Amino acid sequence: MSHHGFGPDLVEVFGPSQSDGGPELVQLLTPEGERVHHPEFDRDFSAEELRGFYRDMVLTRRIDTEATALQRHGELGIWAQLLGQEAAQIGAGRALRPQDHVFPTYREHGVAWCRGIDPLALLGLFRGVDHGSWDPEEKHFGLYTIVIGAQALHATGYAMGMQRDGVVGTGDPDRDAAVVAHFGDGASSQGDVNEAFIFAASYNAPVVFFCQNNQWAISEPIERQSRIPLYQRALGFGFPGVRVDGNDVLATYAVTQAALQRARDGQGPTLVEAYTYRMGAHTTTDDPTRYRLSDDVERWKLRDPISRVEVYLRRNGLVDDDFIDTVRAEADQLGHDLREGCKAMPDPQPLDMFDHVYAEETPELRAEREGFAAYLAQFDGHSVEGRR
Amino acid sequence: MAIQRITLAKGLNSGLRKAMEDDPKVLVMGEDVGKLGGVFRITDGLQKDFGEDRVIDSPLAESGIVGTAVGLALRGYRPVVEIQFDGFVYPAYDQIVCQVAKMHYRSKGRSKMPMVIRIPFGGGIGAVEHHSESPEAQFAHTPGIKVVACSNPVDGYWMIQQAIACDDPVVFLEPKRQYHADKADLDDSVDPDPLFSSRVVRRGQDVTLLAYGPTVKTALSAAEAAANEGTSLEVIDLRTLSPLDLGPVYESVRRTGRAVITHEAHVNLGMGSEVAARITEECFYSLEAPVLRVGGFDTPYPASRIEEDFLPDLDRVLDAVDRSLKF
Repeated sequence: MSHHGFGPDLVEVFGPSQSDGGPELVQLLTPEGERVHHPEFDRDFSAEELRGFYRDMVLTRRIDTEATALQRHGELGIWAQLLGQEAAQIGAGRALRPQDHVFPTYREHGVAWCRGIDPLALLGLFRGVDHGSWDPEEKHFGLYTIVIGAQALHATGYAMGMQRDGVVGTGDPDRDAAVVAHFGDGASSQGDVNEAFIFAASYNAPVVFFCQNNQWAISEPIERQSRIPLYQRALGFGFPGVRVDGNDVLATYAVTQAALQRARDGQGPTLVEAYTYRMGAHTTTDDPTRYRLSDDVERWKLRDPISRVEVYLRRNGLVDDDFIDTVRAEADQLGHDLREGCKAMPDPQPLDMFDHVYAEETPELRAEREGFAAYLAQFDGHSVEGRR
Repeated sequence: MAIQRITLAKGLNSGLRKAMEDDPKVLVMGEDVGKLGGVFRITDGLQKDFGEDRVIDSPLAESGIVGTAVGLALRGYRPVVEIQFDGFVYPAYDQIVCQVAKMHYRSKGRSKMPMVIRIPFGGGIGAVEHHSESPEAQFAHTPGIKVVACSNPVDGYWMIQQAIACDDPVVFLEPKRQYHADKADLDDSVDPDPLFSSRVVRRGQDVTLLAYGPTVKTALSAAEAAANEGTSLEVIDLRTLSPLDLGPVYESVRRTGRAVITHEAHVNLGMGSEVAARITEECFYSLEAPVLRVGGFDTPYPASRIEEDFLPDLDRVLDAVDRSLKF
């Protein structure tokens, strides 16, 4: 960023650019697959947990690559890619308890996977057959939110509802609950996110603000959103912030779990900044080669969230080739199912657009539906082209 | 309950109290609604009796108030949020039209949004700018929310309870200049009209006069004055703006052949435009004159010293009635 001649230069304030996330980055597994320890957030992981993380990330990546391919083939209108953010999402998603509730933005395919959402349901939204077909209450996972940051307030209000329902700070692990609000670095500039911080702090709401700082808001770099590391903003609102290596699924899990527990215990909100990188485009309509350096992408490839877990698992004899092959085969099957399932998805019927506008339908809308139905009925037995 | 003589402010306050007593899921939220009882005292005494968890003083952030109410509604609560003044609703506009209005639709009916957004609206109190707006058309244009306007103390009492009981989100408009103005008798043993219905409030034969919220009083005064000059005006209080209940309006216009609609909001693309279009479609062969609109001018709300010239008053309404009768 250029020096504008007033105010301090960024380098003077923060030192040289911290492309590795800086010394405050919580990490439990290095990009080389080496297990390291952290004084506050360390925990033990069973071999089964680690294999589960690996499997989740591989399958989530496959959902993403298949969806991207389906968009290229014209089967989806658009797709929001998560390539590179698998660890941030699986770590956060697996830290949830069944009673916790998630408010996603539109890129949380890995968290959705953890909540048991059929990936085809995600594809349906981007294919244009509906606005999301899962039950938000049954899955404890809200509908994708396109308007940036709006869901941070919904999450805070939902958390305030949990307080009133008496499911915070009771000490019962099966009862105490918390909410996670997902958003990105771009959303941190939105008023709604900042208002959510204020409401959550003011009411001590059990909400974890989980920001995936993937460095880019379409073409705008993180420097255009913030002159300080994002996690430090939390202090200004009166609650703690943590920066975690978002490409490290172990650290993301441990930090999110701690933040969730804090919230469930009635100690209020936390901001978790998962420091990661969007390896792909913002969406399939985007062209990141126009605004960022391939050097950066290459550097981040070395921090791939999946390969570091694989290296660790192999080096410690926690997996064998059979396991890796089985997960690969599972991913191939998932890819096949998504391709077939996506193409087989029926289009909604024209009259479906009138459904569910209101809980109590209005006479005006009913009349409009009936009018359109009568209009369509004129073309019965004729081709759709016959309408015009 | 014996018959009580109440103001609109008292009617709304009693209605809110009754709704909170009847349903523990009803919450009241907004700026200054707690200890102060709201800047207009509509929520007076509620926090004292229902506690801070149910009558929530909020930070000063309108999008935050409505956005957190969305989350509370998703959790099964029935939030009633107060926007302090009409002109302050715009920071919450995105939450209302993009989130509140669409949640039920997007979720295929799985997520209900039983929220009431109370907005003191309209002018006539000599306030500074942003305190006298009439934003109803902005919300009535949005599918998924319902918009109603009360005009008198008895409706205030009933309509707020009906809006809270409604499973759809309701933008609830309150004519602020009438909060503490006129009193009326409330007998709550008499069943109210349904929430989404218009009502004939004065019978007449010559011209149908349509109004809602603060202009109902203006319309009734105009009808009184017209009667002294030998003209008989039928006055209909629309009460519900989305959905519109125009059945009684069509019936009336088919008899009178003439309609004038008045509201404080700007005339261009206002509620009057919609009503006029619908009357034209339904009553074309009965009309003796085009449907006329009398409203605020298409300017930003003026400085308060000249707001009386901006607001439709008795004389401007009667002028439109005369023009209608001359066709």
